[in-house]
Amino acid sequence: MTYEPVIGLEVHVELSTKSKMFCRCSADYFGKEPNTHTCPVCLGLPGALPYINEQAIDDCIKIGLALNCTISEKSLFERKNYFYPDLPKGYQISQYRWPLCVGGKITLDSGEIIRINRAHQEEDTGKLTHKGKDTLIDFNRSGVPLVEIVTEPDFTDVEQIRDYAKKLQQLFRYLGVSNADMERGDMRLEANVSVRPEGQKELPSYRVELKNINSFRFMVAAVEYEIKRQTEALEKGEKLSQETRGWDEDKRQTYLQRSKEEAHDYRYFPEPDLPELILDQKKIEQIKKSLPELPWDKSNRYKELNIRVEDAVRVAESIELSQFFDDALKHGKKHGVKPQDIANYIVNKKPDIEKVLPTQIIEDIKDKKVGVIDNNEQLEVLAKQAIEENKKSAEDFKAGKENAIQALIGGVMRLSSGKADAGKVKEILTKLLLEIKN
Amino acid sequence: MSLSRNQVKHVAKLANLPLTPQEEEKYSEQLSKILDYIDQLNSVDTSGVEPTFNVSGQENMMSEDKLGDCTISQEDTLSNTPKEERGFFVTKGVFEG
Amino acid sequence: MNITQLTLTETIEALKRKEFPEEDLNKAYLERIKDLNPKLNAYLEIVESKKGIPAAIKDVISTRGIKTTASSKILENYIPPYNGTVINKLLEQGASIIGKTNHDEFAMGSSNENSAYGVVKNPWNISKVPGGSSGGSAAAVAADLCVFALGSDTGGSIRQPASLCGVVGFKPTYGTVSRYGLIAMASSLDQIGPMTKSVEDAALVMEWISGPDGYDANMSSEKFKVKNEKLQSGIRGLKIGVPSEYFEEGLDPKVKQVIQDAIKKLEELGAEIVEVSLPHSQYAVAVYYILMSSEVSSNLARFDGIRYGKGRDQFGAEAKRRIMLGTYSLSSGYWDDYYAQAAKVRTLVKQDFEKAYQKVDVIIGPVSPTVAWDFGAKLDDPLAMYLSDIYTIPANLTGIPGISLPCGFVDDLPVGLHILGKFGDDMTVLQTAYAYEQATDWRKEKPKL
Repeated sequence: MTYEPVIGLEVHVELSTKSKMFCRCSADYFGKEPNTHTCPVCLGLPGALPYINEQAIDDCIKIGLALNCTISEKSLFERKNYFYPDLPKGYQISQYRWPLCVGGKITLDSGEIIRINRAHQEEDTGKLTHKGKDTLIDFNRSGVPLVEIVTEPDFTDVEQIRDYAKKLQQLFRYLGVSNADMERGDMRLEANVSVRPEGQKELPSYRVELKNINSFRFMVAAVEYEIKRQTEALEKGEKLSQETRGWDEDKRQTYLQRSKEEAHDYRYFPEPDLPELILDQKKIEQIKKSLPELPWDKSNRYKELNIRVEDAVRVAESIELSQFFDDALKHGKKHGVKPQDIANYIVNKKPDIEKVLPTQIIEDIKDKKVGVIDNNEQLEVLAKQAIEENKKSAEDFKAGKENAIQALIGGVMRLSSGKADAGKVKEILTKLLLEIKN
Repeated sequence: MSLSRNQVKHVAKLANLPLTPQEEEKYSEQLSKILDYIDQLNSVDTSGVEPTFNVSGQENMMSEDKLGDCTISQEDTLSNTPKEERGFFVTKGVFEG
Repeated sequence: MNITQLTLTETIEALKRKEFPEEDLNKAYLERIKDLNPKLNAYLEIVESKKGIPAAIKDVISTRGIKTTASSKILENYIPPYNGTVINKLLEQGASIIGKTNHDEFAMGSSNENSAYGVVKNPWNISKVPGGSSGGSAAAVAADLCVFALGSDTGGSIRQPASLCGVVGFKPTYGTVSRYGLIAMASSLDQIGPMTKSVEDAALVMEWISGPDGYDANMSSEKFKVKNEKLQSGIRGLKIGVPSEYFEEGLDPKVKQVIQDAIKKLEELGAEIVEVSLPHSQYAVAVYYILMSSEVSSNLARFDGIRYGKGRDQFGAEAKRRIMLGTYSLSSGYWDDYYAQAAKVRTLVKQDFEKAYQKVDVIIGPVSPTVAWDFGAKLDDPLAMYLSDIYTIPANLTGIPGISLPCGFVDDLPVGLHILGKFGDDMTVLQTAYAYEQATDWRKEKPKL
């Protein structure tokens, strides 16, 4: 029997708001002195209360809309209860039964569609550093806004995971909601992996959660390892069960972190400190209008301009580059420069778009292409020579065969090693031939 | 509704509450009695009734994204902890989980 | 003149007239506290203040630089690095904190026997409980150990001890006073309120402590304003509802008689008495114990020993019991049967009141089924203890305002009259209470200490 993987992903992305999710401490925690961006709220001091950051909600809605989700009319924050030293309140304010965004989708480069189950708003935890027998805690990151995006179990291989992660990262940067830097931990992945006999429709009865793997590369390795481990286990007739596993980079294998029996029971219930969110259609429409053209829409538009697929994707890579490209397209059109030539230039020459203007690269492309010969006198010399060399065609043209001029243009192009401006050459040849005729 | 010793143990573990055997025994008995009393709720017909989670009558209470004056100093942040080190809180080691 | 017998409004007047300086005022109270606190155990912490109007603060409200224990061993040494909103508001008005008052641990209890620091004694009879959880604040006001006090009310914790100690205790509409800095018991039910020597004082303190602060997201944008003409306008033509369910079995017949006399008095004052029905009130205690304990189990999770030093084994018996009950009812598989069902019945309780308030302006009844009882009487029967809050809990479930004010005595122990108002209509509650208070002499009675 052959087996196929069934994989779902959970992506956490830290928003780049000025202040935290539920207090007005600075959310810019990276590399700061420990426990200096903290207040009663994000420290979970007795008596402190959360107050929602509106920008974070707007950003979550932006992400939801970009992923074709439905934005919930009514949404609630809930408490996810568990004990861990990085969680100062003993619960995380998150969403569970009433998330902000539900039911979206995203199309991968391969054309496959990944369904989005939900995108919801929550808060980050503090940061732990392990030092010998001790654990050090810094709460600067505690309460930084996070959006969690959960897919349906629609992935079947790691290539799709790579593409999905890249697309989300690109999206977050386009929307300006996060730096989405994986190395810094702005964007984190968790995967649920199981395998089932090929052709089986139902989901497997178990799934293995891969958690706390802080590098994208390791996550991909862990998923690959799990697919292999689980397939081999099933082939041997072993039964697999629900569990959480981590990644041991030294041994290059996953290891059991928590079994089904030890699984968390988060005891979600509505966060009593926060009244509900009621989102009217007007606000959602407003946010929708504010969205930039999305990367996949941009590259589709470029493809329609007869730009090669890979180039269309490349120039849409970042919002800055694509804006530069769009400006260059506008100028190029005025000067008759083809979109593919502009794309070629950008892909091959990688101009520094901070320093170079789009008009400059159009000039540059024009210069290269025409190779200088658009000087009338120079062209006239070449045209006369071509007529000398092909009197037959010249006679035919004078006799009324207009097509005969093509051969003469070809002659000029050959004499100029292809550098003559074809448009101008035709003009000059016509003028010369008519002069002789009269 | 009765709550067995084992259920009490399980709940205590979820609640991160260290209980003595005597306490387990006591809570098994007391909570069973309280749950018996609470069971009357299940006799109330609530079909079609929306739950009430919050009585404030407020909605969409949100704050502008700007820095406020809530932030306190590192010294105040650490003022009640039994153990600190170079600005960090310190606890006994935990494994990632 | 006996300085410590003055009400807040009388004290302010006297200070204005320069009858005595603030220093003498503070000295008088501090001397009385030193004299009587060893007997009553109302204060856990005393602040040697020299200026301002001395206020007693329940030790569950955060005070910057002043130990705030929540009457728990777990916070034995906790000194908050910030003030609760109500504290800042009081200080701005010229009040001073003279001390932090004792109460049931984390405000969980009806008798004050759950404090980790010993019971508070009822000033009217020191062998009796003062009620709970704000027993220390109630006793401090009753014994003239402060000009006024703050308490917190989650299921009756202001009104019930006010009733048992013979003082005025007001629970405002949910969202009128900021909870920022109040160590949470059950967040959807908690509300801070005044405990005072007169209704007028309660109204004034309400004006001081209410109003949005940008920290409590459940707050109304409107600030409570006392309109003196309204407070003093009497109750002629006011419709007062009397719910039959509040006078059934379980209510001490002697207490019942006192309440019925009070109703007669209100009728004499021109109010129209209307019978109303609150059929779902019988479920209120059950609803409360699910929702409250669930919130408790989560609110007390932060005391994990890392930041406050003490381990979770240091919780008292009642705190542990509620954490267990709440954790159980939220645990996997029980959501629909417990939390969701309780939240739906909460809606029915709320609808009962909304229906009643279509006919009446306020609802009255008893605060507590009995007067103050002996220490230890209900300690081994948590359910019996819970049921003593049967009349006060509905106001917390629905968010409506309620007051307890002295309306007589049974066996030389005070009885409180309960007046409940419409959501957001705190003013009419105070107005009714004021009319009754002015027409009777109960507030002039003082315990003999």
